[in-house]
Amino acid sequence: MKNDFVKFDNVDKSYDGKILVVKGLQLDIAEGEFVTMLGPSGSGKTTCLMMLAGFETPTHGEIYLDGNPISNIPPHKRGIGMVFQNYALFPHMTVYENLAFPLRVRKIPKDEADKKIDKALSMVSLQGFEARMPMQLSGGQQQRVAVARSLVFDPQVVLMDEPLGALDKNLRESMQYEIKHIHESIGVTVVYVTHDQTEALTMSSRIAVFNDGKVQQLSSPDELYERPVNSFVAEFIGENNTFAGTVSDISGNSCKVKLTNGTEIFANPISIKAKGEKTTVSLRPERALINPKDKMDNNHKGKIEEIIYHGDHTRVRINLLGNDQFILKIPNSTSNLDIKLGNDINVGWNTKDSRALDPK
Amino acid sequence: MSTEQILSSDGIPLEISLKKAERKNKFRAVMLVGPLFLFLIITYVFPIGDMLFRSIDDRKITQMLPNTFTAIEKWDGQDLPGEPVYAALYEDLAYLKKNKTYGKIIARLNYEKGGFSSLIKKTVRKLGKFEEGNYKEQFIEVNKRWGQNDYLVSLKNAAPNWTFAKYLKGVDLKYDQNGSIVEQPEDRRIHKVLWLRTLKVAFWVTIFCFILAYPISYLLATLPMKYSNLLMICVLLPFWTSLLVRTSSWMVLLQQQGPINDLIVWLGFAANDARPELMYNVIGTFVAMTQILLPFMVLPLYSVMKTISPSLMRAGKSLGGTPFVAFRKVYFPLTIPGIGAGSLLVFILAIGYYITPALVGGASGSLISNTIAYHMKSSLDWSFAAALGTMLLVGVLTIYWIYNKLVGIDNIKLG
Repeated sequence: MKNDFVKFDNVDKSYDGKILVVKGLQLDIAEGEFVTMLGPSGSGKTTCLMMLAGFETPTHGEIYLDGNPISNIPPHKRGIGMVFQNYALFPHMTVYENLAFPLRVRKIPKDEADKKIDKALSMVSLQGFEARMPMQLSGGQQQRVAVARSLVFDPQVVLMDEPLGALDKNLRESMQYEIKHIHESIGVTVVYVTHDQTEALTMSSRIAVFNDGKVQQLSSPDELYERPVNSFVAEFIGENNTFAGTVSDISGNSCKVKLTNGTEIFANPISIKAKGEKTTVSLRPERALINPKDKMDNNHKGKIEEIIYHGDHTRVRINLLGNDQFILKIPNSTSNLDIKLGNDINVGWNTKDSRALDPK
Repeated sequence: MSTEQILSSDGIPLEISLKKAERKNKFRAVMLVGPLFLFLIITYVFPIGDMLFRSIDDRKITQMLPNTFTAIEKWDGQDLPGEPVYAALYEDLAYLKKNKTYGKIIARLNYEKGGFSSLIKKTVRKLGKFEEGNYKEQFIEVNKRWGQNDYLVSLKNAAPNWTFAKYLKGVDLKYDQNGSIVEQPEDRRIHKVLWLRTLKVAFWVTIFCFILAYPISYLLATLPMKYSNLLMICVLLPFWTSLLVRTSSWMVLLQQQGPINDLIVWLGFAANDARPELMYNVIGTFVAMTQILLPFMVLPLYSVMKTISPSLMRAGKSLGGTPFVAFRKVYFPLTIPGIGAGSLLVFILAIGYYITPALVGGASGSLISNTIAYHMKSSLDWSFAAALGTMLLVGVLTIYWIYNKLVGIDNIKLG
């Protein structure tokens, strides 16, 4: 197995010669991996995908597929499968003809092609739909046909450009698992683009978070959530409470941050090096506990501003250390916490969970 | 199923109260559509009906020679008819002479057979000297043509109230004296050539329009907005210009001393004293009509191409199709509804085109519509013009029907 099966080597991309949409992209994708490019719109993730597919050419740098540079290879010779945002099924062809298209242009004999089509359709559990036209299928079914079509010619890499964007929430979730299972069972390399972080977290082996034309962090979903390397990633993935402040002391894996209201808190120095630097301290809502029984590194009082009932949990917005947007997630349990609007409560958290990142 | 009547809350059957509630809306809808409906009846249905009627109506002569036709009905057309026919003819002609209306039958009978004009005129002139009894001899005395079978057969053939003779004439056929259908004499076969030329011109103009319009429409549909808008205006600008202006500009361009000929001579393709004739022939008709009908091809094509997602071509390529294969298998089939709509539109417009061929077509480039206009304005044979018009209409409907059978009218997209 190759660790750099797909390799972006210092790739730049500009459309108008003024603004770089992708800046010095360096990205290695291993064979059989499921890598998601995640980022807000305009962050360059789709551009990267289009460059890999061959519909855009890099302004600078080179993309390698299995060790070979592919910038000068036209899309139809790259052998990369692709699932498009709106499926791009050929509306004038039946499901069978859609799937047969890539096989026919490759001049694969009919009986062999039929076997492959049958296999691909069974993979997405759509046997018996061969004669249907795409318009006669539901959104989810069209999506599956698109997936089957991108896999039917056994490509080395499959690209998916926000394939679930048009589906409703329940269908989207079940399709996430389905695509994940297909990936696991056939071991194809998948590059997936989305702006939906839950989608990225559930499906991927690794996630590349894009912002401003750059990969901010490339790591496994848990790593990305638990240990974001900068405040953009911390903000973008999951919920996040932040405190802005200045480092007043730093020693090893702990530092003191003086907040704007004068209080000092303990934090885990991630991207700060020295005393006096500005920083943003990031803390996941579920890592802050109410009225902790055990002793915690940080303990502060806050006033409850708002309570929002969510069924399985309750979200409480409190005013803590000058931040009135501090969110707490309290699991719905029988333990009787004194949560009432206007009450003061104790909030505690540990140093390693409050990460001192770059200032916003 | 319950058969119990459902009542609304005030006890009136639901159906009735629904009708009551809808009545006002229905009335309003009818009032909205009414004026247009009436307009269509007056300007469209009525004239077409009148045209159909006129093309087969032959009652005028029947009414003018009522006795003659009644008498001649019994005649078998073999030997000369007997005295009663001549007596009836005398009676009718005498009546016409008295009212001075015999001129109207002259033209009609002359269509039937050449020579009738002078025959009738001469007979009417001498009618005053006729004595009662033995009209047959007196008629033959005035002109011996009255003793020839073929003139009397022609007279008999003009008798029916309704006739398809004009339609036969439209395709160079006619009734012979025995009432069977034969071809016109060779020197009078002019309409078949015209029909074929009209079809040929319409066909080629459609092809030329398609060839020119397809790439333009593709550009229009794929260029960024600011360029495509500009291009769209270029396409529509001629559309906004008067047809006459456009046709006469082509006359300026195409004439023998015109800029296009100058260019041809300058480039050395023709000698100055042998400038090619680009106008007053089929070439002029082709060029001007293609330019004038081009927007009718561009617009349906554009509106169809606009709806084709660019990701389809990309999908075709990413699945391994070369750009050509992706175009042929994916893009082109999806534009067929637009091609169909545009071609049908251009073809139907071209087949009935009048002004342009009249101005730049000359003799070899004039079409069936010009002949219709000629019979309307110059020869005043309105029933023949009506017959030609009806044939044109039926032809267009046939094309439409064939198209529907082949492609399906639902596959048409005009925008």
